[in-house]
Amino acid sequence: MLYIRCPYCEEYRPEIEFRHAGEAHIVRPTNMAEISADEMEEFLFIRENKRGIIFERWRHIHGCGRFFNCVRDAVTDQIIMTYKSGEPKPSDAEIEKAILALKEEQA
Amino acid sequence: MRKYSIFALAREAMRQHKGWEEQWGSPEPKSSYDVIIIGAGGHGLGTAYYLAKEHGIRNIAVLEKSWLGGGNTGRNTTVIRSNYLYDESAGLYNHALNMWDNLSQDINYNVMYSARGVMMVAHNVHDVQVLKRHVHANRLNGVQNEWLSPQEAKEFCPPLNISKSCRYPIMGAALQRKGGTARHDAVAWGYARAASDLGVDIIQNCEVTGIRRAADGSVAGVETGKGFIGAKKVGVVAAGNTSHIMQMADVRMPLESFPLQALVSEPLKPIFPCVVMSNSVHTYISQSDKGELVIGAGTDQYTSYAPNGSLHITNHNLEAICELFPIFSRVKMMRTWAGTVDVTPDRSPILAKTPVKGLYVNCGWGTGGFKATPGSAHVFAHTIANDAPHKINEFFTLERFKTGRLVDESAAAAVAH
Repeated sequence: MLYIRCPYCEEYRPEIEFRHAGEAHIVRPTNMAEISADEMEEFLFIRENKRGIIFERWRHIHGCGRFFNCVRDAVTDQIIMTYKSGEPKPSDAEIEKAILALKEEQA
Repeated sequence: MRKYSIFALAREAMRQHKGWEEQWGSPEPKSSYDVIIIGAGGHGLGTAYYLAKEHGIRNIAVLEKSWLGGGNTGRNTTVIRSNYLYDESAGLYNHALNMWDNLSQDINYNVMYSARGVMMVAHNVHDVQVLKRHVHANRLNGVQNEWLSPQEAKEFCPPLNISKSCRYPIMGAALQRKGGTARHDAVAWGYARAASDLGVDIIQNCEVTGIRRAADGSVAGVETGKGFIGAKKVGVVAAGNTSHIMQMADVRMPLESFPLQALVSEPLKPIFPCVVMSNSVHTYISQSDKGELVIGAGTDQYTSYAPNGSLHITNHNLEAICELFPIFSRVKMMRTWAGTVDVTPDRSPILAKTPVKGLYVNCGWGTGGFKATPGSAHVFAHTIANDAPHKINEFFTLERFKTGRLVDESAAAAVAH
């Protein structure tokens, strides 16, 4: 079971308190009527599904009820960081740093 | 290849079983092939077999990153059925169901297909309406399915709890008698042996790390752990890893990979005669020929390539089993595991050409690909050989997510996902 830190509650809670809500940072087009079929497909259906570091949304459904984002390694399931909705996507450097910090913490 | 038969068994019994041959070869890769299949699971090996047998293409390699049949083919719960709602699905899954009948004879390998019946139970008015709708739709499509009262369901499956006092009482069931189970490993091994006999090279421990393209954009071959291997056509049959492989050819997929867990109990004497599935309490169960109860449910909620999953999923699953079959409440569970399943937005597979010339994909079987193995392999081989889909899989394109012509079993499937 994943052990997830809610960035709003600022607490680690077990996965059963949360609901997974798909890939993060997919922006809903504001001109839905004008976009092409390609763009619609990209928005609705195409997913990164990367075998590596992924960005995903979670909702603290049995807690504060809010959506937030999470960086996780989809191969090891290790959660690297969580951050509030609307905050920018962490850069590669920030993620590297967080991974190093986690390693030090475990060592 | 020496044919397996009662006479072969008798002959070997006379000489301490010293004459059995290896079932398939372990060749080093050639420099190029007519067709390369990525993924040596049931669907991939079957595709190679039908390409060789029905389309006369013998210069084929099946590349596997680990061991043959070690992915979802060896991890699923072996349920076979074809009671899907839509015409397109009925065509595809029933094609597969009909192929199970003679598969053992065809590949000279006992896949232990057992048409013991798949029964889906209804616990509320909605379930009754949905399952009856499936029964009617199936029968119009020539797919076997029938409605049972709770008493009839109990007669068909005596361990079932049809007490009216339980929390989710059973109000009826849809039974597909031709559904059942088969031996999953035997399907992979049987196809591997039959394909190898027709000249197909099965290359294990050979991970694909890149897809090389020719100047005109078409497929030229694959980069692997054993070097570059040229190919005129490449078929990707990589289940949970499909997005990862297709990314190598710059094709972005409408897929998400989830862990799907299963578990087996300690072996018991024969007690469970069929397969029972319940969408509402969310579990399914059968008994293997070894005697283990084989139990599964839905995927974990999060995407992952780690074949583990969370314990609360198993817990929920077993609560459902105890609800349906109180008789099993003290049975010990022996093993749990997970596979990585690739799920499409409409929960129907993709068996199709891709925007890249010479690249084909067979994926998106989600939580229920095993049942379709022979049919999927058969029509995918046709698609690769003719560079055009078979009539049966012409709806299962990659473009349907652009055109919107989905085969929307996510809302309609007879099982929760």
